[in-house]
Amino acid sequence: MFQIVEKEVLAPTLAKYVIKAPFIARKRKPGNFVIIRVIDTGERIPLTIVDGDVKNGTITLIVQAIGKTTKLLATKEVGDEITDVVGPLGNPTPIEHHGAVACVGGGVGTAELFPIARALKDAGNSIYSIIGARTKELIILEREIGEFSDGTYITTDDGSYGRKGFVTDQLKDLLDSKLNIKAVYAIGPLPMMKAVSNLTKTYGTKTYVSLNAIMVDGTGMCGGCRVTVGGQMKFACVDGPEFDAHLVDFDELIMRNRSYIDLEKISEEHNCKLRGVEVAEGGVK
Amino acid sequence: MSAVNPLKPSERMKIPRQESIEQEAKKRAQNFLEVSSGLDLERALLEAARCLECKNPVCIEGCPVSIDIRSFIQLLMAKDYAGAVNKIREANYLPAICGRVCPQESQCEAVCTLGKKLNPVAIGKLERFAADYEMQRNLFQPPVITEHHEQKIAIVGSGPAGLTCAAELAKLGYKVTVFEALHAVGGVLRYGIPEFRLPREILDMETERIKALGVEIYTNFVIGRTATIDELFDEWGFSAVFLGTGAGTPTFMGIPGESLSGVYSANEFLTRVNLMKAYKFPDFDTPIKIGESVAVIGGGNTAMDAVRTSLRLGAKHAYLIYRRSRQEMPAREEEIHHAEQEGVEFVLLTNPIRILADSNNWVSGIECQRMELGEPDESGRRKPIAIKGSEYVIPVQTLIEAIGQKPNPIIQATTPGLETSKRGTVVINDFQGTSREGIFAGGDLTRGGATVILAMRDGKIASSAIHEYLTAKRNGKSHRLAEKLNAETGFKAG
Repeated sequence: MFQIVEKEVLAPTLAKYVIKAPFIARKRKPGNFVIIRVIDTGERIPLTIVDGDVKNGTITLIVQAIGKTTKLLATKEVGDEITDVVGPLGNPTPIEHHGAVACVGGGVGTAELFPIARALKDAGNSIYSIIGARTKELIILEREIGEFSDGTYITTDDGSYGRKGFVTDQLKDLLDSKLNIKAVYAIGPLPMMKAVSNLTKTYGTKTYVSLNAIMVDGTGMCGGCRVTVGGQMKFACVDGPEFDAHLVDFDELIMRNRSYIDLEKISEEHNCKLRGVEVAEGGVK
Repeated sequence: MSAVNPLKPSERMKIPRQESIEQEAKKRAQNFLEVSSGLDLERALLEAARCLECKNPVCIEGCPVSIDIRSFIQLLMAKDYAGAVNKIREANYLPAICGRVCPQESQCEAVCTLGKKLNPVAIGKLERFAADYEMQRNLFQPPVITEHHEQKIAIVGSGPAGLTCAAELAKLGYKVTVFEALHAVGGVLRYGIPEFRLPREILDMETERIKALGVEIYTNFVIGRTATIDELFDEWGFSAVFLGTGAGTPTFMGIPGESLSGVYSANEFLTRVNLMKAYKFPDFDTPIKIGESVAVIGGGNTAMDAVRTSLRLGAKHAYLIYRRSRQEMPAREEEIHHAEQEGVEFVLLTNPIRILADSNNWVSGIECQRMELGEPDESGRRKPIAIKGSEYVIPVQTLIEAIGQKPNPIIQATTPGLETSKRGTVVINDFQGTSREGIFAGGDLTRGGATVILAMRDGKIASSAIHEYLTAKRNGKSHRLAEKLNAETGFKAG
């Protein structure tokens, strides 16, 4: 069992969890993820490790309550336990010196991008961060990312904060500017990563994305997370989760990730009846 | 002849081989309860009485872990049930599992003297009976451990190889810790073999018995990620490591359409159902989608497990597509027979070439071509050759590929100096020693895909080798077991 030692609600559907997991804390690197199972009858889902503290033996996750399991997690408070946490899984992000780097985070993907951007900064890169979300209250980690970034840009779809529009609008400006962006790291919803990839392809700028595919074990056993990269079958869990964006077949992954949408609804309704987990969005404390 | 069996050989030979009590096929194809409930006491005693108690018990040679079969059957005849199962446990610490999943028909029972003219003694069913009877009557007594050693041994993977190695080393008095990547113990016994062949209470019970020996088990611990092998030696203070991580990485055929929704590896399909209990969705959260028609590709035990599971999940048509004929199928005869009884439709001499999709990117069919058998290939089986122009489509909404697994590469990639083969298996010598001192390996990790009992055999051989290695170390002998053994035996690749 893995205890939640700290919880902070960042936005109505977004919360930060600090979880006691000393073995994972010792080994985690930027880009790694864990698989969690909240309760005994729960499913296993992958979540990116945002931060870790070796001394306190904790890892930090930032989770948006959008699916059945993440909504269930949202009902857990400090002192509660999560049945299973395993990791660190996946390959850590190779942290290289590129020069000027654009780091693009969309929604909760910003949390996943955070440790990578910080590590890239530590490696001597100049970091230009773009944080995008649907609306103002879903913009996260602006201060934390701003602290080490050489430039921080906010975009919201509805214009409630920062620039109205998509992260790609801002990214295009950066690519067109004299900053000489050498590499782009983008983490967010698949359509966003696809849009970023399409844009940077026209500039020939090296782009990395972290793919969140459907996983069961997270160690290469099930093959559920298979993605086509450069025409070859790869497992996001052990070959990734990070890949060269320009080689990823996003459309295929978007389709695959929809495989269980109807069952997810049934399961959520069942959870609602059984455990009082809210179905409606925004129903998280 | 023994004192307890009063029958003459001719009388013993008149007793027919006793059959297990089984759920009726059509009924069981709709539930996940165990297919067979084994022999009852009366049938078990009758079956035991069939044993000729040969002076030269060839059955023992036929057993990969050399269970003293003759003695355990004699103990059954003497109604010493606890004695019988303890006799098995001397050689095999997982009797309730082996009695269920071992291919006895090609091992002990294949060489049984009675089997030359009549049906062999049902050794597997007797093994299962002894183990089940002990459990039901609460007769279990843990073995007395007389020696104790300070050296710690890490076992990586809690499948049949690892659990056996752990049990044997614990009996020898070592401190044993098992590391399991998943959240539950058992490896392939947990995620692969369905509950209707191996109920989870049986697996849990056998696991508890291993824990009762003092073995410590860490779940949610991925060696190579949560800690590396070198850290186990340098930081955790382990003196030896046994790798039994199996062959858990699925292979795909490489035909068009494998990324469609509704295509599963057998591993994913079975893991969802067995480990995650997707068959109890939505009481359990993990979903599984099953079409009205399901095709499973492959002819091994995993394929049989997947196709029989499909029926239980409600498929109206469950096809098993195999490119050779029934005769060449690697699955156990009993599994093929059970699948046939339950209504699995066998599509033999047929090779899938393309998966078709509907407008939602879901599987809608599998295009196949018919095959004919040519000359034997390197495996000794007749090679299937495609018949030109024979392409046709079987409409299915779920497709499961059960064409084989290979070892998971995480440990090999994070353990410098650990020699592997081109197939990704860890290379070992005759004593399960690897190219690294103090690291031993066995089971599917070194074999690339075999049986539970062969994995157990490897775990057992490794336990003896580890004991010898650690004894030498205790006595201050600076010998490198692997090298010594290599020199004696000549290095033999796995």
